[in-house]
Amino acid sequence: MASSDIPRGRTESTGPRLTGPAPSAGGAGQPDPTDAATSLPVPATRRRVANPETGWKRSLAGSLAFVRRRMTGDYEVDEFGYDPDFADTVLMPPLRALYEKWFRIETVGMANVPDVGGALLVANHSGTIALDAVMTAVAVRDHHPLGRPLRMLGADLVFDTPFLGPISRKAGNTLACNPDAERLLSCGELVAVYPEGFKGVGKPYSQRYKLQRFGRGGFVTAALRTGMPIIPVSIVGAEEIYPLIGNIKPLARALGFPYFPVTPTFPLLGPLGAIPLPSKWIIEFGEPIPTDHYPDNASDDPMVVFNLTDRVRETIQQTLYRLLLRRGHPFLG
Amino acid sequence: MTGLIVLVTGVTRFIGSRLAGRLAEHPGVDRVIGVDAALPEPAARARMGAADFARVDIRNPLVARVIEAAGVDTVVHASASSTPASSAARSMAKEMNVLGTMQLLAACQRSESVRNLIVRSTGAIYGASSRDPAVFTEEMSARSVPSSGPGRDAIDIEAYVRGFGRRRPDVRIAVPRFADIIGPTVVTPLTRYFALSPVVPMVLGRDARLQLVHELDAVGMLEHLAVGDFSGTVNVAGDGVIMLAQAIHRAGRIPLPVPALTLDALSRTMRTLRLGGFSPGQVKLLSAGRVLDTERLREQVGYLPQFTTVEAFDDFAANLRPALAPETVRGLEVRIAGTLGARPLPNVPALVAGHRRPAAVDLLAADDPPPASDVTDPGDQGLGRPRLVGITGDGAGAPRRRRTR
Repeated sequence: MASSDIPRGRTESTGPRLTGPAPSAGGAGQPDPTDAATSLPVPATRRRVANPETGWKRSLAGSLAFVRRRMTGDYEVDEFGYDPDFADTVLMPPLRALYEKWFRIETVGMANVPDVGGALLVANHSGTIALDAVMTAVAVRDHHPLGRPLRMLGADLVFDTPFLGPISRKAGNTLACNPDAERLLSCGELVAVYPEGFKGVGKPYSQRYKLQRFGRGGFVTAALRTGMPIIPVSIVGAEEIYPLIGNIKPLARALGFPYFPVTPTFPLLGPLGAIPLPSKWIIEFGEPIPTDHYPDNASDDPMVVFNLTDRVRETIQQTLYRLLLRRGHPFLG
Repeated sequence: MTGLIVLVTGVTRFIGSRLAGRLAEHPGVDRVIGVDAALPEPAARARMGAADFARVDIRNPLVARVIEAAGVDTVVHASASSTPASSAARSMAKEMNVLGTMQLLAACQRSESVRNLIVRSTGAIYGASSRDPAVFTEEMSARSVPSSGPGRDAIDIEAYVRGFGRRRPDVRIAVPRFADIIGPTVVTPLTRYFALSPVVPMVLGRDARLQLVHELDAVGMLEHLAVGDFSGTVNVAGDGVIMLAQAIHRAGRIPLPVPALTLDALSRTMRTLRLGGFSPGQVKLLSAGRVLDTERLREQVGYLPQFTTVEAFDDFAANLRPALAPETVRGLEVRIAGTLGARPLPNVPALVAGHRRPAAVDLLAADDPPPASDVTDPGDQGLGRPRLVGITGDGAGAPRRRRTR
C-alpha cells in the first residue's frame, strides 16, 4: 500500500496512456512509436487512470485521516482553545443537518457581516438551551462568502460543565468577560454576544419575542474600546423549539441550574423531550453600527453606553416584529 | 566599565547550573558564584563551567556574607519557584522557596553592592479554573486564588519582592513569570506525568490548554534579564498552545480519562508505586489550563523564546519511547482504508511546528557536558580552573573541567 503515499499525478504518468497518441509526438497527430504499447490490451493491474472515489469512500478516507490526526496530536489550537479541525469535522455536520433539514433556516443580510476585520454581533437569545447561538455560528460559517468562523461568548456555567466546556472551547467560544471579548475583537475575529443571557433563554412562552433587559452594556464597552462595529442580529424561530410553560425552581436550585424547564414534551416524555420542535427560523443580520467615531474615553461614559445599548435593542426588536410578519406560521412558515 | 558579579541560586538543578555556566561565559560578566544547599552532581557541576560554587543554604543568614565578600551586584534567584518532582523534595520546596527568598531579600537589603535582582516566578500565580479569562496579562490576578503549592508560594514571594522594592528603590527588579518549563533535561512533575507509559490519566470531560517554555529559553531569558536593564513583571511562554490530550498523543501515549472523584485515589496509588502523584494545583492546571499573554515579552523585553510550545514539547517527547508511535497509527489507517476499499489520504502533517529561528543555534551551540570518559584534556587553555569552595573554606577536590568549543 506504499502507493497511497505517492501523489496521484505521479502514478498516472507512470502508467500507459489509454487515450490516443501523446500531444508531444510531432504535433500533427502522428502516432508516437512509444504508443505502440497502447494498441495492446493492458492488464488491469497496470491501469492507473484517475478513478474518482465515490462519495462514501472519500468521506471514509477523510474520517480515517481525522482520527489519525487526533491520535498523533497533529492539529493546531489557538490560544482560546479553538480547534478548527475538530469543529469542522465533528461538530459542523450534525449541526448543518439541523440547520438545513430540521429548522430550514433562512439568512438575510449576510452582506452586512464584514469580510475582513472584527465585528461584534449582538443577538436576541431564546429557546431554553443555546441552540440559537449554535445555529448562528453555522449560518456564518457556511453562508458567509468567506466562511468566517464565529466566536461566541458564553456564560460561566457552560465552561464549568464537563464535556460541554471543552467542546465549547474547541468550537471557538470563550468566557463572556471583557478581556476576552476585547482580545478577540482586536485580533479581527467575529464575536457574537447574547446580552439577554439566561433571562432570555429562560423566558416563558407567553413572553416570546419580547426582548428582556440587555444587562449592563458590557458588550458595548468592548466594541467602543476596540472601535469595532456592532451588528444587530435578529433570530426568529428559536422561541418555539422548546416552548417553556413552567419552571421547577427547587429542582433548579438543587442542580445548580438557572432554571429547570418544563415544556409540553419534557419532562413528560423523558429523553424524547430533548428533541426540538421543527420551527421555521429566519436569521437577519442588520446594518453595522460603527463605533470608531466616538472619542477615546467614550467607553467610560454611561450615557454613550446606554444610548448605544438602547439603539441596538430597538433595532433587534423592530426587526423581530418584521420577520415574524414575514414568516407567518411558526412551523409551516 | 567593570563587568557584573552575579550570584545564582539553585545550581544543583538544570536551570541554575546552566544559567551559571552561560553567565560565566558572558563578556559583560566578571564573576559568577553559584550557591545551593547541597553539592551539585557532576553533570550540574560541568554545566556550571567557569562559575564558582559556594555551598550556602539561602535560609541561612550567611548568604549575606557571601554577597558582601564577593561584592555581588546582581542576584538571580533561579530556585525561587522550582518544582521538584519527588514528593519528599516538594514538601521541602515551600520552605526553601518562601523562607529562602525572605532571607535572600534580607541579605540583599543589607548589602550596598546589590544593584539588580531577578526573581524567578511562575505562571501558577494566576491559578487555573474554568472561569478564568482565556489569556492572562501581567496586571490580572487569579480568579480562583491558589491556596497551596507553587502558586501560593509565588504569591508570597512576589509580595516579599514588592516590599523589598519599596525599601530599596535603587535596585532594578525583574520578575519573570514562567509557564511550565519542559525539555529533555529538566525533571518536573509535568515531565514525570508525560513520561507515564502507556496510559496517562486525565480528568474525564476536561481538556486543558497548556503553554510551555523550553528549558533553554528559560535559561536564556534569565540570562537576558540578568545582564539587561528590564525592570518589572513579565510573562514568559513559548508561542502557541497545545491541548493536554494532544500533548499526550504527541508523546506517543494514550490518554485515560478518569472521573475527577477517583483522581485522589489514583494519585495515592501512583505515589505508592512511586510513579508520582497529582498535587491539587497540578490537577487544576490539567483540568482547566492556563495561557499567558506574552505581549510585554515581545514588545519591551527584547528576548523572544526560540521554541514554540509545540516545538518545546516535541523536543521533550523526542526522548521518550512512544507506546503508540505515529507510524503505527498511519499503518492502521492505511490498512483499514485498504480493507474497506478506500484510498487513504496522503500523510501531510497538518501542524508544521515551524523551523527554529536562526538565533536558536546560539543556545544549542554550547555543548552539553561530555561523557565522563572524555574529560581530561591537558591542552585545554580556554577557561580558568573552576574553584570549588565550601563555606568553611575547605576545597573538595578539582572538579571535572568542561570541554570548550
